[in-house]
Amino acid sequence: MTDFGFTINKPRVIDYDNTDKRVLKYLLAHEPSFNSCIFCGSCTATCSAGNFTDFNIRKLKIFIRRGLTEEIASEAEKCMLCGKCFLVCPRGVNNRNIILKVREALTKIESHEL
Amino acid sequence: MNKKVVVIGGGITGMEASVQLSALGYSVTILEKESQLGGHLKDWTVLFPNLRKGTEIVSFLEHGLELQEVNVIFNSKINEIKKINKHYEIIVEGRKTLVADAILVATGFDLFDAHRKEEFGYGIYENVITSYDLEKIFAKEGEIRTPSGIKPKRIGFIHCVGSRDEKVNNHYCSNVCCVTGVKQAMELKTLIPDAEIFNFYMDMRMFDTHFEELYLESQKKYGINFIRGRLSEANETIDKRIVIKVEDTLTSRPLKMTVDMMVLLVGMEPSKGTKEIANLLNLKMRESGFLKPEDDHTMSNVSNMPGVFFAGTCSGPMSIKYTFTDARAAVTKINCFLKEYELQNRILVN
Amino acid sequence: MEEKRNIWKDYQKEIADDHYYYVRSCIRQSFFPASEEFFLKVLKDELGKDIFDDPNHTTCTGIGYHADVVPFETIMTVVARHFALMKESGYKNIIISCVTSFGIYTEIIETWKHFPEVLEKIRENLYKATKREFDIPLNMTHSSDIIYKFRNEIAEKANYKLINQLTGRPLNVVEHIGCHYSKMFPKYGVGGAEFPLVLAGMIKAWGGDVIDYPERRHCCGFGFRQYLVQANRGYSAANSKKKFESMEPYKPDLVLCNCPGCTMFMDKWQYTISELEGKTYGENNQGVPVLTYEELAGLVLGYNPWDLGLQFHQIQSEPLLRKMGIDFSPEDKYKTRSGIQMPMPECPANINF
Repeated sequence: MTDFGFTINKPRVIDYDNTDKRVLKYLLAHEPSFNSCIFCGSCTATCSAGNFTDFNIRKLKIFIRRGLTEEIASEAEKCMLCGKCFLVCPRGVNNRNIILKVREALTKIESHEL
Repeated sequence: MNKKVVVIGGGITGMEASVQLSALGYSVTILEKESQLGGHLKDWTVLFPNLRKGTEIVSFLEHGLELQEVNVIFNSKINEIKKINKHYEIIVEGRKTLVADAILVATGFDLFDAHRKEEFGYGIYENVITSYDLEKIFAKEGEIRTPSGIKPKRIGFIHCVGSRDEKVNNHYCSNVCCVTGVKQAMELKTLIPDAEIFNFYMDMRMFDTHFEELYLESQKKYGINFIRGRLSEANETIDKRIVIKVEDTLTSRPLKMTVDMMVLLVGMEPSKGTKEIANLLNLKMRESGFLKPEDDHTMSNVSNMPGVFFAGTCSGPMSIKYTFTDARAAVTKINCFLKEYELQNRILVN
Repeated sequence: MEEKRNIWKDYQKEIADDHYYYVRSCIRQSFFPASEEFFLKVLKDELGKDIFDDPNHTTCTGIGYHADVVPFETIMTVVARHFALMKESGYKNIIISCVTSFGIYTEIIETWKHFPEVLEKIRENLYKATKREFDIPLNMTHSSDIIYKFRNEIAEKANYKLINQLTGRPLNVVEHIGCHYSKMFPKYGVGGAEFPLVLAGMIKAWGGDVIDYPERRHCCGFGFRQYLVQANRGYSAANSKKKFESMEPYKPDLVLCNCPGCTMFMDKWQYTISELEGKTYGENNQGVPVLTYEELAGLVLGYNPWDLGLQFHQIQSEPLLRKMGIDFSPEDKYKTRSGIQMPMPECPANINF
């Protein structure tokens, strides 16, 4: 292979047609309140982990919606499961259970159950 | 002899105001440019926020006209309006000149012509339709098909088409498109339960009674998806599907998605008739072309010409509910004017 | 095509009929050396027009401008000098042979319209520096506008059509107008920016089909400040790659370009992508030929492809010539006009020549 001194950039665009919706499907089946999220960010604002790390639960939920499995996996492990995000949610989204179900889904994906 | 009011335009506003004015004892004539009454209402099958049929509202209005004696002149074209002392003479093509003690302008809106957003491909890509076209598809009944003739599996709604957009010189919000997007998404989902439906929006403006509840219901019960990002351009794939390109603003990344059908939620513009009548009567208009009242707080419905009033969507985008309210408000103003109550000239202290 | 007519009628620019002052492109003279010569030849010999190729004009300095080393005021004065040369030689209609330059000229003229004090400043600059005075052109066109204007005359004289002689079907042609042709000022481009007509009109007139693929409007990635720095070139190539991936299902027979930078990169990045990622576009891993509008007009008119300089391209055009039924001599490909054999380029590892 010729060395040109550069490689071709990977696209940043979310190619929705080709992303992996397995976590999303699992979540919609097991925690339907996920559907009511309007991504207002009150969960992130109150998040214990998010105040001192780059964890962003609102963004995690968007990654799930878009099927970005790599990003989901790296985010989902950062939550400390305190449950404040559920407490503040104006639309009754069970954020704490979302984290648990996402972790479940990721384990199932790893063991080829999903 | 009864005082005469001429109502220009026979949509919701014109019909409701005429019923009310006639009930108050005025002699009312509606000038309608089309061959039937009802305006845009007859083009919409089911209405937000309660999904009732549009025809119910039409029949309510028509029943009112039956109860009261209202003269309707169809297919009328107004050539000139002259102010003679305290009354107006309205010259209608091919007809006897009408005399009016007061005029109500109820000339309504035109839908935004989606061809003007070239980059969205309306009129070029067959599976790009407008919210108006979708209503016609709903009206046909039977199975929903895209213009290409397939059962759509994924549908995208595009908000703010022709609204809040400097590029088409429409800076204002059209008020009704957000909730129409929610309503039409729910209707489609009911008809095609396995379809994925997305709304692409800048802001969800759920301002009125029950709008927010409808929005929540669309997510909870119908699984409608909402992506915050405005369409930049649409393209066609080799199999005639539509590629939507937006920024997914909540991940700060560009997003593209292929849909079987893209629906443009077209907004309202001042109608051609509104502009014509404004010219004939020298009425003040806003920069947007909608009619401008004498005072935004205290003088709604009151034009700069004595005895000329206006109501409904010729003064700005509004929903059916507010159109009714506005028509009735204008009737109160006209009544005060014709009875020569001094309520209009109250003092505003700076 | 039919449904686009409504858009096109809003973007019909005036294109002068004769008596042109011609300003050249920097890049084209090096990479597609026959294009400009052929343009002058077609205008003079085939169409009988008066066109002046002035040896005194210079680069517009556009590459420097877009790379942030030439300030706006400087480039405006350089362009003003070209206008002065045009005035001195008695012309009022300018043809610009490069989309980058064309974009700069339109940007400058619009600036002067909105800020007359800037125009006065540039008049002063030019006068102080050169004692020259200038007029703003009466008619300003890109050279593809001219070929577009005379596309039907060219079609009448055509020896070959954009039709696959083996199948009898129109060739699938991708058109790429280049960002600076009309994205900044749609009114200066034939057909506007979203559904441009300038190249599509030629393709239709000469018998081909225009492909509208999802990434049609996307930039080729040229972008000046990207390719000038080696480490950034991966960004530049990624843009071209995005386009080739998107057009692939349509099986394009050729890409027709408007802008020198796009022609160069759409052509040459195909080699880079084939080397870096092992992916070669086009049938039989031959690549997709990328031509300038003059080169395509030349083929249609029956000129010798080697006189048109097609052998200077990265992607070779023999498959296209065969499809069009053009009679060509393979042994003359690398010979000079006087018949001397030139060195032959090596065949790339992943592109079938």
